[in-house]
Formats: sequence, C-alpha cells, structure tokens
Amino acid sequence: MAQQKVVVVGGGLAGLSASMKLAELGVAVDMISLVPVKRSHSVCAQGGINSCNDQTRQLGDSEWKHFDDTIYGGDFLNHQPPVKEMAYWAPRVIDLMDRVGVTFNRTQEGFLDRRRFGGTLYKRTAFSGATTGQQLLYALDEQVRRREAEGAIRKFEAWDFLGPILDDEGVCRGVVAQSLLTMEIRSFPADAVVVASGGPGLIYGRSTMSMVCTGSAASRCFQAGAKYGNPEFIQVHPTAIPGADKLRLMSESARGEGGRVWVPRTPQDTRAPQDIPDSERYYFLEERYPEYGNLVPRDIATREIFDICVNEGLSVENDRMCVYLDLTHIPREELDRKLSGILEIYEKFQGVDPRDTPMKIFPAVHYSMGGLWAGYERSADGGLVSGSPDNQLTNIPNLYAIGECDYQYHGANRLGANSLLSCIFSGLFVAPGIRNLLSSHKQAASELPSSLFEGAVKQHQERHDLLLGRTGGSENPYLIHQELGNVMTRAATVVRRNDQLAEAYQQVSDLEARAQKCSLSDTGNWTNQNVVFTKALIDMFPIAKSIVKGALQRDECRGAHFKPDFAMPSLKSTDDAGRREEAEGWCDRFAANTDKWLKSTVVSLKDNEPDITYEDIDTSSIPPRPRLYGLVGAEVIDEVWTERLRQKQATQPEAAQPEAVAGSA
Amino acid sequence: MISSQHTSAKQFQVRVLRQDGPGQENRWEVYKIDHEPDMNVISVLQRVAAKGQTIDGRASSPVAWDCSCLEEVCGSCTMVINGRVRQACSALVDRLLEDKPGEIELRPMTKFPVVRDLCVDRSRKFRALQRVKAWVPVDGYNDMGAGQKQSMGEQEESYPLAQCMSCGCCVEACPQYQKVEVIREAGESDEAFEARKNEAYDNSFLGPAAISQAVLFNRNPTGKMNADERLEALKGPGGVHACGNAQNCVSVCPKGIPLTTSIARAGRAVTVYSIKKWFGS
Ligand SMILES: Cc1cc2nc3c(=O)[nH]c(=O)nc-3n(C[C@H](O)[C@H](O)[C@H](O)COP(=O)(O)OP(=O)(O)OC[C@H]3O[C@@H](n4cnc5c(N)ncnc54)[C@H](O)[C@@H]3O)c2cc1C
Ligand code: SF4
Ligand code: SF4
Ligand code: FES
Repeated sequence: MAQQKVVVVGGGLAGLSASMKLAELGVAVDMISLVPVKRSHSVCAQGGINSCNDQTRQLGDSEWKHFDDTIYGGDFLNHQPPVKEMAYWAPRVIDLMDRVGVTFNRTQEGFLDRRRFGGTLYKRTAFSGATTGQQLLYALDEQVRRREAEGAIRKFEAWDFLGPILDDEGVCRGVVAQSLLTMEIRSFPADAVVVASGGPGLIYGRSTMSMVCTGSAASRCFQAGAKYGNPEFIQVHPTAIPGADKLRLMSESARGEGGRVWVPRTPQDTRAPQDIPDSERYYFLEERYPEYGNLVPRDIATREIFDICVNEGLSVENDRMCVYLDLTHIPREELDRKLSGILEIYEKFQGVDPRDTPMKIFPAVHYSMGGLWAGYERSADGGLVSGSPDNQLTNIPNLYAIGECDYQYHGANRLGANSLLSCIFSGLFVAPGIRNLLSSHKQAASELPSSLFEGAVKQHQERHDLLLGRTGGSENPYLIHQELGNVMTRAATVVRRNDQLAEAYQQVSDLEARAQKCSLSDTGNWTNQNVVFTKALIDMFPIAKSIVKGALQRDECRGAHFKPDFAMPSLKSTDDAGRREEAEGWCDRFAANTDKWLKSTVVSLKDNEPDITYEDIDTSSIPPRPRLYGLVGAEVIDEVWTERLRQKQATQPEAAQPEAVAGSA
Repeated sequence: MISSQHTSAKQFQVRVLRQDGPGQENRWEVYKIDHEPDMNVISVLQRVAAKGQTIDGRASSPVAWDCSCLEEVCGSCTMVINGRVRQACSALVDRLLEDKPGEIELRPMTKFPVVRDLCVDRSRKFRALQRVKAWVPVDGYNDMGAGQKQSMGEQEESYPLAQCMSCGCCVEACPQYQKVEVIREAGESDEAFEARKNEAYDNSFLGPAAISQAVLFNRNPTGKMNADERLEALKGPGGVHACGNAQNCVSVCPKGIPLTTSIARAGRAVTVYSIKKWFGS
C-alpha cells in the first residue's frame, strides 16, 4: 500500500497537538491553515488552563469534581463520557505542557502556580503570565516544527480549506484547498481528515475572536453533509473592552485575581470612579451571589451586567453601556507579576492605566459551545475507550472534528480555562484512534482513481471563477457582513425572545440571498483577499441560520441560552410549608423540562436549510440537577430535588443509559 | 457590542506603497479618509478597501494586508508606519496624527520579499527557528509526570523571551539583516523552490529573534541537554557573529524582549563552546 496520510485543517492548539501526536505515532501529516500556525487564534487566550492538582487535592478536589463542575457549568447538556475522560487526563496534559517548555508561572518552591477561575471553588488554573494561550501554542508549534524538520509533517500555511472530498459512498477521501497567494486550487488525498478550525465569532461581526475565525471550514463540512451540534449555545464573555474593530477580551483572570465589578449607585454618576466612596458603589455580583461573588460562571455574570445596564439603567456611561471592573485595590507589583499582559492590552488600546483607574467593560460574543457533531466510544467506567477510531469522528466516515469547532465538551456553557484543555486533550486523544483507523484500511487514498480528486477540484474552481466573473453586482460583501453581525448580535446573544429570533431568521435569509449577488472589487488571481473573504461570508449563513433556528426552537433556559419567557421562577412564599410546596411544584416543572429539553440539538442541512433533530445525552455518571445560582429558595429546591434523586436511585439502581453514540446521530 | 458612531468632518490622507506581486514595480497611492474616534491603522485599511478609490478619484483594487488577532499578540499585521516598523492593530490613528498631522504613510517591511502590497513572506523567520532547534527535545508525548521544578526567578527570565511572536520588527531595524528574495522559476516544483529558498536562508543572518530563542531553549532544564547543537548553529555562518551590536533591534521590539542581553549571552556561550571544542572536550 502507498503511504497513508492525514490532513489536519487548522493549526491552533487542537490541530497542532493532533499533528504532533500523529507524527509521533508514525503517521504522515499535512497541515493546512489560513494563517501561519504560530499566528492562530489560540494565541489570544490569556487566562489559563484547568486541571485538578496536588494543591487542590489537599482541599478535597479531585478529577471527579472537575468533571462535575464542567457538567454542572454546562447545564448537563454535555455528553458525559468525553468530559469525564478529559477531566481525568487534565493533570497529565498539563504535565506534558510543562515538559515541552511552557513558561508557566511558579510558586516560591518552584511548583506550578494556580489561580481560580469562574464556576469552581478550587484554584485549578495553571497560567503563564497573561498570555497562556500564546505560550501553549508556541510550545506545540515548536514540537510541530521539530517534526517538520524531521520530515514527518508538511505545512501548507496561507491555504484555505474549501471542503472535504467525499466518494460515492460518502466516505471522506481528502480535501480541496486553495493557496491564498497563487489562488491555485488543489486536492490533498487523505486517509483521514481532522478539522480543527476553531470558532465562528465573525458571524457576529465583532467579537473577542480573531479575524480568521469565520467558521468557514466547519460550515464547508456542514454543507458537505456533516452534522452540526448545539449551534444556539454561544458564550458571551462578561468582560470585554468595547472597540470599533474588535471587542477585546478582558480575561476572567482579572476577576480571578480579585477584580471587583461595580457601578455607581447613582445612575451615570459624573464623578471619577476613584472619587466615589464605597458606600455609593453597587458591587452587584458580590451582593447577589455571596458564595461566588465576582467569580460566578460566565453566563450569570453576563446576564447580570446586561441587566444592570439595560433594565436598571445603571450603566456607567450615558451613550455606551459599560460597568467598572476594578483592580485598583491590588498592589501594583502583584498586578504586574500576574496580569501585566492583559493590563497592557487595556492600556495600549484605551490609553488608560487600569492599575490607577477602574476599567470599563461590557459583554461580547466569545466562544461557541456548538460545533461539528462528533461521536465517541464509551468505556465501561463511563469514560472513553482509548484508541477507538470512533472518538471525535463526525457522521462522515474518516472525517474528524476537534477543538473549538467540535460540540462535545462544553454543553450549554463553557467554564473558563476549560477550552484550552479540551483543545489539547481532543488533539492528543484523537491521534491513536486515527492510527488504528488507518491500519484497518486496505487501500491508501492516494491510490484511488484520480478522477475523484480532479472532479472535486473542478467543482471548486467553477465556484471560484463564477465569483470572480461576477462584476458590477450591487452588493458589497463587507457591508453585508456588518449587517449580519448586527442582526445576530441583537437577536442571538444574551437575552433571546421568539419574536426577535423569528424576525432575525428572515433577515439572515434575506442577507444570504443578497450575499449571492456580491460583486468583487478585485478580480485578480494573485493574493486576492476579496474573493477569500466573500467565500467565507457566504459560508457563514448556514451556521448563522442554525444558531437562530436552534435558539428559536429551544423554548427553555439552559446555560448560555437564556429566554426570559421560559425562565424558571424564584420561590415567592415566605413560610416554610409554602416554600416546600412551591419547591415540589418547581421540581415537577424542572423534571418535565429536563425530559423535554435535555437533548443535543443536531442539525443537518437540507436544501440549504437547517433541519433540526434532538438527540439523547449520556448522563450516566452524574444525574442532572437544577442549576440554582442566585435563585430565591435555592436551598429548598435543592433539598426536594436531592430527596427525589435518592428515592429514584433506591428504586432503580441501574438506570438504563445509552451505550456508545458513535455514528448514531 | 455597542459602539459610538459619531463622525467628525475631519479628514486625513493615507499614502500606501503598493506592489502587485513579487519582483514587480511598486508605486504610491494616496487615499482620503474621514476621521472617526478610536481608529487604528487596521480600521483605516478597512475604510480604504470600502472606498475603492484614490484621492484623485481613480478606481483602485483593495490594498492587501495581513491581520488576525487585533491585539498585538499574533504578529501578523507588522508594517512600516510613518517610517517606523510596528503592528498596524496597535497603531492608533490619533497618536499618529499628533506626531505627523494630516497624513499616515504605510509601507511593507523592507527586509522580506513582498507578496502583495503590505503582505510580505516571513518564512525565513520560521526557517531560522528550525536552524537553532528552537524546541525542547522531549522523548515523546506520553505521560512521564511533570517537568523539572523551576524557580520563580527562572520563569521570570524565560517568559519575556518566550513571548516573541515572530513579527519581524527587530530584523527590519537591524542593519546586518539583509533581504533575501528567491524568485520562483517557471515550472519549478514546490519542493524544489522550497529547497532553494531554504538554502538561501540558511546562508544568511539568523537575526536577533532566533538568537534569543536559542538562548531561551538553552536555559530550559531539558533544552540544555542539546545546548551544543544550538551553539553550533549560532557559531556558523550567519550566526551570532554577524551581529554588529547596533542595538536597533531591542528598541523596536513590541514585546520589549531584551534582545541585546540575549545576543551578549549567546556570544559568550559560543566563545566558551568554541574554546571547549578547540581543546576537544
Ligand atoms: C480572547 C480570548 C481569550 C481566551 N482565553 C481562554 C482561556 O484563558 N482559557 C481557555 O481555556 N480558553 C480561552 N479561550 C478560548 C480558546 O482560546 C479557544 O477556544 C481555542 O484557542 C481554540 O483553539 P482551536 O485549536 O480549536 O482553534 P484556533 O486556535 O482558532 O485555530 C484555528 C485554526 O484553523 C485554521 N482555519 C480556520 N479556518 C480555516 C480554513 N477555512 N482553511 C484553513 N485553515 C483554517 C486557522 O488558520 C487556525 O490555524 C479564549 C478565547 C478568546 C477569543
Ligand atoms: S544588535 Fe545585532 S541583531 Fe540587533 S540590530 Fe544590531 S546588529 Fe542587528
Ligand atoms: S524579538 Fe520582538 S521584534 Fe523580534 S520577532 Fe520577536 S517579538 Fe518581533
Ligand atoms: S493583528 Fe495580530 S498583531 Fe496585529
């Protein structure tokens, strides 16, 4: 058999870790990436990466608790086996990162230092200054460069992945990609393809994501028949610096290191923040969530900031919504040591020193929990079978998805510092499965008839030529992108209402039709960024429509998906008996809602329209329980729910659970 | 999510040095842009693209430029702005206009081959990282427990060096770093072209960033173990001796990396290594 080959699309943390592990296992890899892999979006991650560790263990932490926090934070929408496996691997992932040279911050004694992130009570987060993502990415980039020097990996940087190549049986046999320099369109035969193309933030116009995060690669797989999971779950980060070109993230580590969020009690108080005494400041997160304080999970923080500005009218500024994020009570030296990177960003782009003056921040679109549907093989102990070719496999044979572009790990809401972990974990973990897949193949993709590959190239060449030829059309792709961003931001972020969503779906469809009439101001065939952007724009629509339709159909609140019309109420009764009775009713309603909605949204594209089905979730390890942050009467509800759970477990000790879901969606 | 969209009547000019492809003639084009609050050079280029017209009303194809993170952390958008090499995303228009009222001038870096307009080919920088073996040579990626302990002080010295984003500012400013441009021959295969490029790169100056990376990995507890291989690369042609100690590099590095300290260290290490080698130990 001729040499087998794997194509990895994307060189962020996920793509790099998969490539280096595949190379170690003796599999030849071609990497395809829009940007030089060292410039991938993962460089932006600031805060850190989670694992249970020797320090937290002493305080009662365990891998199980990290697993539980992730599931609870995700509002139980995550399939549990992959999350369990990830949590148990996390300490080893960090050990490996330490070995390959990541410059993690240290304690006095020379151990890795840790900080606390939202959604947990433990200091699990390892970090490297305020540029953890950059440091992790560089360490992996270095390992890949080492393998490249050995000849095990080839890189195709400045290449745009145009789509997978499927044979007549619908099996993936390679990819088509286009050089961003020469505009040459070429096929890359492959025995397996791993898509690691990151998130789709640009669908929202401005977000905290990089300019290459268009979601185009995932959309092209989706359009080729891959299923897309949980599109409506989009995380809005509570703290970003509003900017005209980008909403720059202010990492959660600012709150992790003691940052306090507040607004003046007097609306739009004109005094400088330093002159407002403590008694006239409203530390609303600390008052509303005494246990977690400023470190409530992201969805809660986001909603509260939104609520303070929109409903309570307490925004710091009149014409622009924002609240204070205050670090000025922390000594300068400590800030410089732990947060200098992110504080410099604020200083650089706002011209104000956050060590002296509280920062002004507001929520921004940040992360997509949804992504390409991927399966797994469940092990007897509720984790994953290591080396199974089903792990991370999409519904298209030989096509894998890892990193932010898969839907597997974060359910309805991602915990801070868990994404870098899921990217590296899924990259490392997918490799042995692919190696095993390759050994089961009898023929190498490069030996297949060349007509398969030529046909695919021809199809993409025709699309390209058609776009270039379309001059004098009336639409400008950059303006359509702006409009799409506005529609999506208005209807499908923090607070969602069905009438707005229905309207947004229509608007997005109209924009899609208009995007087909875009004409290009550059029709050349050398480094034509205009045509590359226009293709990416057109490919945003299938995912944009899936986000809106998924949100429209899901009539409940779960994690980042918040519909006030379907919110579970607080308890109103003031006496014990009344509360107890109300809590019973609350739990009935919660149970009914769980039966109906604790399901993954699974979308396929039919005639270019999203077609939604719902799939059961493996909750075999941790039974769902209500997420009660900040609800009045939480203790009583918790009591009732726990009693019910105990009863249920007594009557049916082995609740029937789905086995592997690989290939079933 | 909310921005203030006031526009003021003020306008300014943008001069861009344009070039259609490798080896072609370049030319200046001038555009007139409306001033908006909080602009950076990226948003200026976006307005230029949307305009599609030069100051004298001629239609003009969109200027090509690279960017990604918009946070000065990926290194993509490096170019020469008002004569100074820096990142476009962190170049704020108001500051630029304070220094030089009325006009902003944009040119591609001069030490790398131009791909088109403001885009350049910086593959030589990545090749240099291969030359100095800028990685930790771990046995493999299986679980072998944690790495070695490191003191806070060690981390605080390594971390700044590890922040190099391969942007190219330092080599743009370096008088010893000369442009190497290999033009593809008709019918030349990818591999043959790549090999010819690499050969040309390998005979030229590594540049301060790569030297500093060699120092970083020679400090790492595991990286130390093959320090000699890196010193060999630093000792060879285009190695640390090519540096004329002009100190330009350190003053333009956006990450404030102590490049001249690294170069001095590398120089000393190479000397010690050469003597050791001379005595055959
Ligand atoms: C500002 C910010 C801060 C964050 N901080 C944290 C944090 O502290 N902790 C944490 O856990 N998570 C954090 N996250 C989330 C985390 O950074 C990302 O989820 C993660 O880096 C994604 O990695 P990835 O490998 O999946 O994709 P990316 O790093 O986005 O890489 C995608 C790759 O795909 C390539 N690509 C995309 N489309 C195509 C195409 N059409 N053709 C070819 N190649 C293509 C790109 O070139 C790139 O190489 C943060 C996110 C942001 C936005
Ligand atoms: S010190 Fe050396 S490397 Fe730096 S600019 Fe001068 S000659 Fe170049
Ligand atoms: S050393 Fe500084 S200037 Fe040079 S490439 Fe690295 S970050 Fe850029
Ligand atoms: S766009 Fe990344 S440094 Fe400017």
